[in-house]
Amino acid sequence: MSDDTSLNLFQQQEANRRRTVLLVIGFVAFFAWLGFGGDYIYYLSTRDAPRTAYHHVFPWFGIALTVIALLTAWYAYATGPEKVLWSTGARPIVDPTDPQEKQLVNVVEEMAIASGVPRPRIWIVDDPDPNAFATGTDPLHAHVAVTRGLLDLCSREELQAVVGHELGHVKNLDVRLMTLLAALVGAVALMHDGATRVLRGGTNLGGGGGGSRGGGKKGGAGPLLVVLLVVWILSWLLAPIITQILALAVSRKREYLADAMSAQFTRNPLALASALQKIEGAVAPTAAIKRGAAHLCIADPLGRRLTAREGLFADALATHPPMAKRIAILRGMGYAQLKKEGGGVA
Amino acid sequence: MGSIIFLVVLVVVAAWLIGAYNGLISLKNQTLNAFKQIDVQLKRRHDLIPNLVNAVKGAMEFERSTLEAVIQARNQAVKVNATGPEGIKQISQAENALSSALQRLMVVVEQYPQLKATGNIGQLQEELTSTENKVAFARQLYNDTATQYNTKQQQFPTNMVAGLAKAQPADLWEIEDQAEKAVPQVDLSMKPKV
Repeated sequence: MSDDTSLNLFQQQEANRRRTVLLVIGFVAFFAWLGFGGDYIYYLSTRDAPRTAYHHVFPWFGIALTVIALLTAWYAYATGPEKVLWSTGARPIVDPTDPQEKQLVNVVEEMAIASGVPRPRIWIVDDPDPNAFATGTDPLHAHVAVTRGLLDLCSREELQAVVGHELGHVKNLDVRLMTLLAALVGAVALMHDGATRVLRGGTNLGGGGGGSRGGGKKGGAGPLLVVLLVVWILSWLLAPIITQILALAVSRKREYLADAMSAQFTRNPLALASALQKIEGAVAPTAAIKRGAAHLCIADPLGRRLTAREGLFADALATHPPMAKRIAILRGMGYAQLKKEGGGVA
Repeated sequence: MGSIIFLVVLVVVAAWLIGAYNGLISLKNQTLNAFKQIDVQLKRRHDLIPNLVNAVKGAMEFERSTLEAVIQARNQAVKVNATGPEGIKQISQAENALSSALQRLMVVVEQYPQLKATGNIGQLQEELTSTENKVAFARQLYNDTATQYNTKQQQFPTNMVAGLAKAQPADLWEIEDQAEKAVPQVDLSMKPKV
């Protein structure tokens, strides 16, 4: 480990901590906007109402939604890893019995030593497609899960390289950001579904009220109200898409870094290259891993062809960098290493 | 004005001193910790070997010398009573001898398919591979950390604080030539040895 890589690691950890905080702030701010924006719109539309009618003065929605968002973020942070593991149907290895599981435990222990992090908890997903992911909030509370297919397909060295990649994610705190993101994406989707139902009932009412008032009012807050309303409703509609795109954008670059860390731990980049090739060769999507946790995996579990290409469109929508490029980079590392060792002996 | 500039420079220098000092101390502790990790893994290996030898003893009557070499190397390694990174030369010598003895045993086991076929040996082999890997990775982490520590204390300007932090270059865990050479010797081409 040269000084450079350690500095890199430190920077990466810092960046991940910062991004996690930003993510939470952004999440809460977004909901605050939804809430207080709604309050303001409601306030504008009831301002000119007759004295006896309801005047919306106190921002109930804003306060309620902000509190809900805070609680959700806290809940997502506290239970995110559990939820991710639960959603994939993983089961923990407590007392390994068959040789394959024993080997996995050994390999994870070896990589934990090489990377200098505590041994994470180990999980198996009973799915025939080879894949692996890591989750957790920090190296002390980390989980590594692999599919049964990976154990069947990979040699010991390849398995080691894949586990090294996952522990790379653990060590530079990618897991914290990515798990929180997975949990928040889920939460937003849920809330959106629920809120849309309420909103649909509400817009009928609000639309009716706005229309009648728009007729009776003389200018004033009219255009502002309409613009606000449009932006506000758009925010509601776009919330799940925005969080989804965020989840995609956040995961791609760090795959290259985790690959490099795996190579550093195992000193064997070619093993990861051949493991990736095998994973790529198995075309079946990983059925057990759903969209919500896709960005946590070593290879896109949905088997989307986008992952095979680079470009503007793929860059915006794929969760993973193109496999061919990752393999090429690892091969480059491997040959550089061979050359260096050859030079050392000669 | 002049005194303000002086004060600012003083604060910057002090901040840098504290940072450099703490950085060195942190690396020193990381190095010590990495060394402890090797120790833990070596102990594990010493505990495993008697079980291993007992398990294969019956099936490997004919390879008595290989087994005895392993036991001897193990006992030699256990006897080495150095605890800190200072004793690293001693420890690494004994452990490297043990590594090469174990490697020879693994190659021998590899040569007898009927031995490998029994599930017990397969498991033991996995255990042994894992133990050897753990020792190797612990060593790798130690060497990486120690190199970082050594580089830091020699580089300018951190080297000016090195004395203050009582930083001493840490010895790396060298792979002895002797142990390294012992591996290819099992190569079965009957070339005369030079």
